[in-house]
Amino acid sequence: MFWKVCLGIWMSLVIIASFLYAPPALGLGEVSRIIYYHVPLAWVAVLAYMVSMINAIKYLRTSSIEYDYRTSFNAEVGTIFALLATVTGAIFANATWGTYWNWDPRQTSIFVLLLIYGSYFALRSAIDDREQKARLSSVYAIIAFITVPFLVFIIPRIYASLHPDPIVNIEGRLQMDARMLRVFISSLAGFTGIYFWIYNLQNRIINLKGKIKGRL
Amino acid sequence: MLLIELQKITKDYNGHIIFSDICETLREGSCLVITGPNGSGKTTLLKILAGLIRPASGKFTISVDGTLLADENRKDYLGFVSPDLYLYEELTALENLEFFVKVRGLAESEEYCLKLLKKVQLDKWGGSLVGTYSTGMKQRLKFAYALLHQPLLLLLDEPGANLDEEGQALVQEIISQQKETGAVILSTNDPAEVARYGDQVLKLDEAGRCFIK
Amino acid sequence: MVTRFLSWTRQAGALLNKDFKAEFRTKYALNSFLMFAVTTLVIVSFAVGPYYLDPVMHASFIWIIIFFSAMAGLARAFIKEQERGTVYALKLSTTPEIIYLGKFCFNLLLLLLVLLVIIPFYFFFLSPSVGNPLLLVVVLLLGSLGLTGTTTILSAIVSKANVKGNLLPVLAFPVLLPLLVTSINGTRLALEGYTFGEASSELRVLSSFFVIMTTVSLLLFNYVWED
Repeated sequence: MFWKVCLGIWMSLVIIASFLYAPPALGLGEVSRIIYYHVPLAWVAVLAYMVSMINAIKYLRTSSIEYDYRTSFNAEVGTIFALLATVTGAIFANATWGTYWNWDPRQTSIFVLLLIYGSYFALRSAIDDREQKARLSSVYAIIAFITVPFLVFIIPRIYASLHPDPIVNIEGRLQMDARMLRVFISSLAGFTGIYFWIYNLQNRIINLKGKIKGRL
Repeated sequence: MLLIELQKITKDYNGHIIFSDICETLREGSCLVITGPNGSGKTTLLKILAGLIRPASGKFTISVDGTLLADENRKDYLGFVSPDLYLYEELTALENLEFFVKVRGLAESEEYCLKLLKKVQLDKWGGSLVGTYSTGMKQRLKFAYALLHQPLLLLLDEPGANLDEEGQALVQEIISQQKETGAVILSTNDPAEVARYGDQVLKLDEAGRCFIK
Repeated sequence: MVTRFLSWTRQAGALLNKDFKAEFRTKYALNSFLMFAVTTLVIVSFAVGPYYLDPVMHASFIWIIIFFSAMAGLARAFIKEQERGTVYALKLSTTPEIIYLGKFCFNLLLLLLVLLVIIPFYFFFLSPSVGNPLLLVVVLLLGSLGLTGTTTILSAIVSKANVKGNLLPVLAFPVLLPLLVTSINGTRLALEGYTFGEASSELRVLSSFFVIMTTVSLLLFNYVWED
């Protein structure tokens, strides 16, 4: 309860600071403020995916259905954050380069992440038996995760060779001054806190589910 | 010395319990008959014993001369016949048997497969595609498939299904031969078969199980 | 150790032999595979044949054709076993690893057979210029290996799902994206006439993708195969 309130206050401060305290980035203007939301959202999406995958491995080892609940729950959380990250990224892209979608490296990676989540849920909905659903989707989650490092490695290469335009980094050549950095880190911490709060809620739901099942 | 033990085997399907706490002990030379009305879970139990499905809880162990067989090795000691088992219809009977011999890693020759076909009275049709077989012929071929690797334990799900009188006699012969070197577990609806084969009888009903000897 | 390895190859070989024999008699998978590839190729040829295509576009089209026809053709390996009910007979006969190896080899052979037909046809219809033919062959080979390694386990997963038909492309695309991108790039380099040295990073990515994905698939296959 205490931590929830702290988190709420922290995030409120971060939001206010992102508009009032931090200065706008040179050359990009007010729109650069979206960085305080966009990057942490993407970071949490990746974090959720990693937690999801770890739980998938645990499920395959122990066959305890709890881990599968965690895997799918984290995948859902990750999807939502990834979607928000994509949207904020597209807004930023439009404001700086004129188009919403550019296939630049980071946009591509977040897109692939969304595809993986989508396929994961498509697979789950196509299987009825509870255990099979858990087992097969866990295997898929692990396989999909293994390909992500490949993607990260090759994306800069494809961009360089398939699209001869200059590579543009989403952060641009931003030199973050001290105030911006402070807000940025705080936002990162705040969003991570939100994720852990959701994770905690999830654990409580799973425990309750388990208790109800046990009583039946 | 063969010892087969079923320890508290339980199976449910999405929360609905099919059977629970099945306990049995079986030794070589013995035949266990599982019987019960349709839907009581006979086929499911046999599939669990064959290792095709996992039970919700409980264990099924086979010990040979005191050593416990590992789960992965079990398939080398089990033979399984069931209406749910299908063989490759695009291949001939002989090709089917030869394939299973090779894929099991056995060294048996074509002669051996021909002898097996003769035993189940299919030697004249060894060169025909299984897709052209009648259901009775397919059933006999399944027996040949199950006996390929000379298993210690035969699991037979409704062995007399689709078989004529000659076929039933064949089943009897196979079972008695199997009891000489190993054991048999079979499931059936037919009370005549229960009486004929059942050294031990396990009766499943809709709610669970009870044991009659 | 060696005898065990030889025994494995013989067992997987038996599975490959069986699948080949069965496939040769019915030609289901081969037909759908070839039909899909040829149809896609003809559509591409109609649509862009008259225009000049640079190597990037040729490379992309080649791999679009390969990817989608592979989705149509490679899925059958496991779905057929499931539909015909022969899974049980197979499960009781041998270990999951051997089944994976046997099916992998079968899928690879099928894919290579289709490539043997489709690539010459592509050249016939669209006449791209090839700078480095050997590199092209190597890229196609390595790409096929990676494609097969991943698709085999994914098609095993799909065979257990309800709506079997269209699930494989959905599952395969995100996973195969690195492979497709690198293969397209490598093919482009081959068409433009670059040397092996210049394409070395593509070749490295393709080989490591194949090795890693196949190893992971082998390790995880047991979980997919058992019930």
